[in-house]
Amino acid sequence: MYFDLTDEQQAIRATARDFLAARYKSERIRELAESETGFEQADWEEMAGLGWPGLALPEEWGGQGLGIVELAVLFEEMGYALAPSPLLSNTVAGLALALCGSDDQRERYLRPLAAGERRGAPALWDAGSTATPGRFALEARADGDGVVLDGEKVLVMDAASADFFLVASADGRRHLVERGADGVTVSPEASIDLTRRLHSVRLEGVRVAAGDTLPAEEADYHPVFFRACVALAAESTGLAQRTMEMAVEYAKDRQQFGRPIGAYQAVSHRCAQMLLETENSRSAVYGAAWAADAEPESLSLAASMAKAYASDAGWRVPDASIQVHGGIGFTWEHDLHFFLKRGKANAATFGTASWHRERVADSVLAEAAVPAAV
Amino acid sequence: MDLSLSPSEQEFRDEVRTWLEENHPGPEPEAGLEEVMAFRREWQGKLHEAGWAGISWPKEYGGRGATLIEQAIFVAEAARQEAPSPANVLGLAMGGPVVIAHGTDEQKQRYLEPILTAEEIWCQGFSEPESGSDLASLKTRAVKDGDEWVVTGQKVWTTFAQYAKWCMLVARTDPDAPKHKGLTYFLMDMEQEGVEAKPLVQITGEGEFNEVFIEEARIPDENVVGGVGNGWMVAITTLMNERAGLAFGAISQIANSLKRLGDLAKETRVNGGTAAEDPVVRQRIAQLNIEAETMRLNAYRGLTKTMQSGIPGPEGSLGKWQWADINQSISELALEIEGAYAVLDRGAEHAVANGAWQYSFLRSRANSIEGGTTDILRNIIAERVLGLPRLR
Repeated sequence: MYFDLTDEQQAIRATARDFLAARYKSERIRELAESETGFEQADWEEMAGLGWPGLALPEEWGGQGLGIVELAVLFEEMGYALAPSPLLSNTVAGLALALCGSDDQRERYLRPLAAGERRGAPALWDAGSTATPGRFALEARADGDGVVLDGEKVLVMDAASADFFLVASADGRRHLVERGADGVTVSPEASIDLTRRLHSVRLEGVRVAAGDTLPAEEADYHPVFFRACVALAAESTGLAQRTMEMAVEYAKDRQQFGRPIGAYQAVSHRCAQMLLETENSRSAVYGAAWAADAEPESLSLAASMAKAYASDAGWRVPDASIQVHGGIGFTWEHDLHFFLKRGKANAATFGTASWHRERVADSVLAEAAVPAAV
Repeated sequence: MDLSLSPSEQEFRDEVRTWLEENHPGPEPEAGLEEVMAFRREWQGKLHEAGWAGISWPKEYGGRGATLIEQAIFVAEAARQEAPSPANVLGLAMGGPVVIAHGTDEQKQRYLEPILTAEEIWCQGFSEPESGSDLASLKTRAVKDGDEWVVTGQKVWTTFAQYAKWCMLVARTDPDAPKHKGLTYFLMDMEQEGVEAKPLVQITGEGEFNEVFIEEARIPDENVVGGVGNGWMVAITTLMNERAGLAFGAISQIANSLKRLGDLAKETRVNGGTAAEDPVVRQRIAQLNIEAETMRLNAYRGLTKTMQSGIPGPEGSLGKWQWADINQSISELALEIEGAYAVLDRGAEHAVANGAWQYSFLRSRANSIEGGTTDILRNIIAERVLGLPRLR
């Protein structure tokens, strides 16, 4: 029993912390928030140089071959830095290809993805649906050897800059669709989170060749989904950590009634609560990340616990930090609102806290502990 | 990172598990505290014979010299099987470790063995009527008289004082020194004239703890622990030990309560279904299970950290805070599920689970008070973990 990062994992953390801190200062994040793509290609290329796009992908396909614990370390730092980057969408697409693709698809799509040369993004939720994980409406109509896709996907991350999509259909399968393919239209959506781009992707008579539909069934994607939940929960933990630190610094500095406000228990106890939620979130995330790598049968429950907890902490802690800051925390000029919005967006993505709690209830109230289906 | 038990840790867990299964004396008697104490003394005797009493103590002092993980495994397994508490909890968890850390060779010779056998029960004389959270302001005075100290004052919330032979007493020996510096840690014989314990009846109707009136009681000089004037430092070590030892037992105990809560929800009929099908109840049960899991994982992280640095850090305060919150919430939800029946107490014909949840609802009110109030724990976290300024 040893629950701490190894030296190698600490090194990943230190590299990520330094790299991201140097690139994503407040002015830069604001510039990118107003830009068209929301991130900088040059940054992406540097991240690719560090091996990040393929961090948790198999070495066989050009990845680093590291685990979900290492991935969680990286994403916690992405959240801490509030980094605007397509790394999350690309990572989820990469995991889907690695776990569910054919060798031919891995060769054509995963290898360049892991190298950071091409980017993928999952296109899951359908316009008009409630975005419930695992439930898709888009019909894949048989057409010769392949299928034809008609429908509209929403809440697709980084779609405008992705090279290809993994489009989910009602039968639970995923189809590889190039962004530039005939019949694909990408339109931006305004998100509360200015550090991550969302789009709708309209598919009109988009033909998918037989070799571009992944061979896996819906249930095969659950391990991908749970890993994505862990990565996103790790990111929310980083948001909580950073905004807690901002609150503590401010509370030490800001004087009212002749004392630093952090000396008042109304403020200091709020900060203690922030620490509790941040540490709980971190424990749940690394517990689930470890399960993904070492005890896959526990991942389903552990990932839902982590995503439920971190979904709440990921916006409540930034919100508490805004309260500690008072009026200045509510201004556009202060960075806190970016953290709050990213946290709230993360909470809404890959299953809300309530949705994951329902899965946990299903699991703990079952006679025998059988994980619930997604 | 490895959250599984190593083969040798598993072997130890299996050894503990088997021994407890074979020797578990069954549930504690429901009769009075006297019967319970007799039962616990017998149980501790059994533990001691098999080498399970004082498992954290070094072997040379009659303990098992178990690693921190082994202690955690033992405590967790004992709680999982709902083994009774040993009679001399405070002696084992605090008194012994303090004598081992700060005591003289003579003190170790004299005190340790009877703690292990439960021949002598220990209690803790820290809190006073006017010194609760602000412990260092305590007023009980000890005045040197030849090679003895004469003690006068009053202690309160003294658990098991009525059965105790020895009291870990912190008293003021230098009224002119700053408040943390004028204190000394004594071992006071409870069986003497001048010491009187009066049980206090708690909101559960039980009387675990007491007021202790001390009127010119005598303590020989050789019963000072850790040197005159060092009482605060010695007392703090005992509190740290108390918190560190509690965590893993608390985790198993919460796991058992959550299982019972789930069973209660499944057995309680409401709106044509069961409470376990009610979406609000399901959300709350899920949240409590998630919080319990974070508490368990936090404790593992804390244990790893303690193994690296050698001492439990102030982060332990998080676990105690969380335990109190979760434990209280579990019984609150249970009473909510019971609905109108929540009013029926032990002995009532139609009481649910013979009033067990009513008892834990009431008893758990103290969880955020005993062993450091949650409000004080938040102060500790704010000041010592986050480095926020002190108000005082």
